Order: sequence, then C-alpha cells, then structure tokens
Amino acid sequence: MSNIQIWTLVFIILSFGVYITIAWRSRVAETKGFYVAGQGIPTVANGAAIAADWMSAASFISMAGLIAFLGSDGSIYLMGWTGGYVLLAMLIAPYLRKWGKFTVPEFVGDRYSELVRTVAAGAAIIISFTYVVGQMNGGGIVFSRFLNININGGVLIAAAIIFTYAVLGGMKGITWTQVAQYTVLIIAYLIPAFAVAQAITGIPIPQVSFGQILNELNALSAEFGLDRYTEAFTARPMIDIFLVTLTLMVGTAGLPHVIIRFYTTKTVRGSRYSAFWALLFIALLYTTAPAVGAFTKFNLLEGVQGRSVDQLPQWIENWRATGLVSVDPNATTIESVSNSADAGADLTVNNDILVLASPEIAGLPAPIVGLVAAGGMAAAMSTAAGLLLVISSSVSHDFYFRRFRKHADDRERLLVGRVAMAGAVIVAVIAGINPPAFVAQVVAFAFGLAASSFFPAIVMGIFWKRCNDKGAAAGMIAGLAVTITYMIYTLEVFGTSENEPILDISPEAIGVIGAAVNFIVAIIVSKLTTPPPKHLEEMVENLRYPADRRTEPVSGGTDSTES
Amino acid sequence: MLTLLSVWFIVPFCGGILFVEQLNQVSFGGYPLGFWIAQQGSIYTFLLLILIYAVRMDRLDDKFGVSERDGEGRRQ
Repeated sequence: MSNIQIWTLVFIILSFGVYITIAWRSRVAETKGFYVAGQGIPTVANGAAIAADWMSAASFISMAGLIAFLGSDGSIYLMGWTGGYVLLAMLIAPYLRKWGKFTVPEFVGDRYSELVRTVAAGAAIIISFTYVVGQMNGGGIVFSRFLNININGGVLIAAAIIFTYAVLGGMKGITWTQVAQYTVLIIAYLIPAFAVAQAITGIPIPQVSFGQILNELNALSAEFGLDRYTEAFTARPMIDIFLVTLTLMVGTAGLPHVIIRFYTTKTVRGSRYSAFWALLFIALLYTTAPAVGAFTKFNLLEGVQGRSVDQLPQWIENWRATGLVSVDPNATTIESVSNSADAGADLTVNNDILVLASPEIAGLPAPIVGLVAAGGMAAAMSTAAGLLLVISSSVSHDFYFRRFRKHADDRERLLVGRVAMAGAVIVAVIAGINPPAFVAQVVAFAFGLAASSFFPAIVMGIFWKRCNDKGAAAGMIAGLAVTITYMIYTLEVFGTSENEPILDISPEAIGVIGAAVNFIVAIIVSKLTTPPPKHLEEMVENLRYPADRRTEPVSGGTDSTES
Repeated sequence: MLTLLSVWFIVPFCGGILFVEQLNQVSFGGYPLGFWIAQQGSIYTFLLLILIYAVRMDRLDDKFGVSERDGEGRRQ
C-alpha cells in the first residue's frame, strides 16, 4: 500500500466512524423527528447542514475542474448555484416554514389540490432520483482511485453507511451527520487551496491571490492554443450564459431536498438566518473554487509544457489507471491539453479529477491527498442522504398514506418511512452501479425540471391568492412539457436523435423558459376559472405573518441572533 | 424587497454577463473587473442581500407585532 492509500484509509475510516456515532446518538422514535428533525435544529447548524446537503459531488469534485477548462464562462455555475439562495430566503423559505409540515408536495397539495400534490410528488421523485445516481457515482470514483477497489465496491460501502444513519435517524440523523460532513469537506477543500496559493503566490488566501497568476495563465493558455482564461463567451454565447445562470438560480430555489431543510428550524426567523448561514458556508467553497481552478490549470500546464512523454509528472501515471487521464500514444512531447477525448490532444484530462488530483499536481504531501478523498466522500454522501429522504417522504408520506392508508398511526408511518428509505437506498445502489446511459446528462437538467415545475407553483401559492388549483396544475404541466420536449429535441436520450439548439439556447438553459411558460399559463387559466375557496385565501394570508399579532409591547426583551 | 431583488438581478446579470467585456477593461486588484464580479463579487453580493433582508424583516415583524417571542419578550 502506498503512503497515499494509507492516509486515505485513515481519513475515510475516521470520518465514517464519526458519522455512525452521530447517527446512533440521534435515533428517532416519531415521524416528526424522522421527516423534519422535530423542528429543533439551531440556525447555524441548519445552515451548515443545508450547505452540505447542497454541495454535492458535482460542487466538490467537478466544479473547479469545469471552471479550469471553461475559464471565465465557468462563472455560470458560481453565480447560478449561489444566486438561488437569495430567491429561497426572500420568496420561499420563511413562508413554507411558517406553514410547517413535512414535504414540498404537501404544501402544493394543501394550497391547491390532491391532483397537484400527486404531480408534484412524482416530479420530486424524478428530480431527486436522477440527482442521487450522480452522487453514488462520485463516491465510486473516489474509492476506485484512492483505495484501488472497484467502483461497485465503493458504491456499496458508501450506501451501507448512508443506509445506517438515514434509516435509524431520518432527518435528525441526516442533519447532524451533514453538519459533520460539512466540516470535513470544507477543511478538505480549503487546506490544499491555501497551501497551493501560498506556494505559488506567497499569499495564503486563494480568493485574494489568484488574480496574480491570471496574466501568466492567459499567456500560458495561448501557448497551448487555448482561449484566454479571463476572456468571456469563449465556451458559450452570451444569451446562453444568461439563461443557464438564471435557470440554475431558479432551479436551486425549486429543489425539494434544499427546501425541506428549511422546515427543520425552530422558528420562521430561524429559517431566514439559516439561508444566510447556508450561503456563507457555501460561499467559503464557491469563492475558493475559481481560485482552485485557476491554480490547478496553471500548475498543470506549467508541469507538462514541452515535456517529453516519458518525463511526465508522477500524478499523470497515478491517474492513468482510472482511465480519466490519457496521453496520446503518438505524442512525443506535450503540446496540447484538453478535457475532451474527442479533441485529439496530446494530454486529455477529465474535469472530474482536477480537484482530487490538485494536491498531487501541486506536489503536496500524502496526508493532504487523503484528506481530499475523505472530503469528496463527505460531499457525495451528504447530498445523497438528503435526496434519499425526499424520495422516501414523497413515496410514503405523499403517495402511500394519501392514497391507500389515510388513518395509519404514528408507529406505522415511521415504519413505512424507514422501509421506503431502505428501498430508495437499494434502488440508488443498483442505479449507481449500472448508471443508465442518459443519467449523466439528466443530472444537470434536474435544475431545469425543478425550475419549470416547483418554483412557479410555490411562489404563486404564496404571493398570489387568486391562483387556483387548475391554474397551478395547467402551469406545471405546460412548464414541464416545454422543458422536457426541448431537452429531448436537443439531446440523445431514449433513443431520440440530436438536433441543433434553437437560437444558441443549450438544453441546460431551457428551464427558465419553462418556468416563464408555467407562470403565464397558470395566470391565464386561474383568471378564467373560479377563484380558490375562502379558507385557502385565509391560509395564504396567514403564511405571511411569523406569529399571531400580540397586544403587549415587545420592547425590553434582549435580542439574540441565535434562535 | 423589490430593491433587494433588483440588486440581485443587476449585479450578476449586468455586471457579470451583459457588460462583462466592457468591465474587463478595468483592472481590480489584478483581476479584470467583469471577471471578478462573475467569479467572486456576485457571491459576496448575494450574501449581503440575504443578511440585509433578514435584519429588515426582523424590524418589520417587530413593528407590526408579529415577531416570534417567548413569554418574556425575547426572540426565540
């Protein structure tokens, strides 16, 4: 066993031990604990849990690599995946927390009708499921590179751990393990980034110092025949960047596994501050990621520039075994670098390995490499657990007990919740081991689907009393139809052929147009049909006030930001 | 709130996308300004917006007497 493998094993076993201990200590005995952690999670802890829930294998493993190769246009992910929190904090989170139940479809169901609820539960399951398969795969990559076991074994181990704490502790177990996972993943991300920044520029804060290498990086990129790193619109045209960013923002605000996290705070006020803490914790990683991307690309290009093939750095040899790095057999010296195998470059590097390999590329010691592996696992597992909870609650809470057993007691509900969770884990493992061919494409589109279905229905449900069930149902169906049709039209899924995008709008960008269609259709249909009944209007009115109006003055009390 | 939402829209979309090429002519501590807004500045802006919103909503809730307080008038 190499040094790197020993350290990886140490960190992975340590971190998994912590997760299991937490799970055992937060076992739950009632459905409220299982679905919304008894609404007793402190604000800052909830912020950290949201951050871990939200930052998936894609954020941790892939994003900096994507930015490294997309350059300036990689900003779509940075802006798109953070801007959604502003919408969540202002338009959605506090209101849904006030209304206070278990799932997102449940809100739509109470506000509109059972039919809308069923459509919403189906959409929640599809969105979460496509997303969870990507996490399982991400975990598998970490295991296969660092511990030399095959991807299937890695997926199984990760699933067994998630299974233990999710089935035992439900939302409560998931929340507290997510807090621990956030800690692991942010340390694992920041330490190598600080070390690399210090080594290259002498300033250890990567956010401040990566500006210093941009000119050199632009020059270096030009020598490899690549686009200037800071030049905008090299990878995508402006209209596409604009729409993709907006889709990711709106999609973030409509993702069920993120929204349900806001149900777990103690108060409405707590949910607003949770959004702040969550974005603060997320920003720590998201402002570091562009620096990691720039530094790693700089190191990568400098390390291989003009080298002959038999003199390449050691990390290329280490990663070749995974098949994610390859050297053109006909090349003698490295003169071109690409992230796509089709480009026929001398050196091909997959986006997904840049973060995991960055400590090796920079020549950092083995313990740091092992730490990054544990961080990647934490990111994948925390998101997978949150998604599995959504699948489990949609199946048991929104389908089974609404459709079949309306009067089940609490014990039975808890049991079925656990069985559904176990089932979801098993399906996720099977799909993670044999990923269906279209999954990789569909993951990015989970955002488009969430943007075009949930976001408009929830926002109108809160802010427009006149919106009725027919309008919401028609809007959701129209929005989803536009989005799905365009995706099938432009991509090869389900055996359909690929067509050229219309007006340079990529399939990732269609979600926001679907959302606009959803809004328009819902408004027209609602106006043409009868207004919603009186008690629903009162319910909406009620959502807007955190507490009942008091008669006595509130001055004299001391403020505490901690809720 | 509308003001906050318009800032949410203007900073990333105008600063980071629509006028990024013009702003890139300006240098900001080693970064081209448009590039910096897109990759760093807009995230800080979002953070600030949420904080301002949460604080102002606290005041608004107090003003109309609908904030969540326990028996002694402390914030929960």
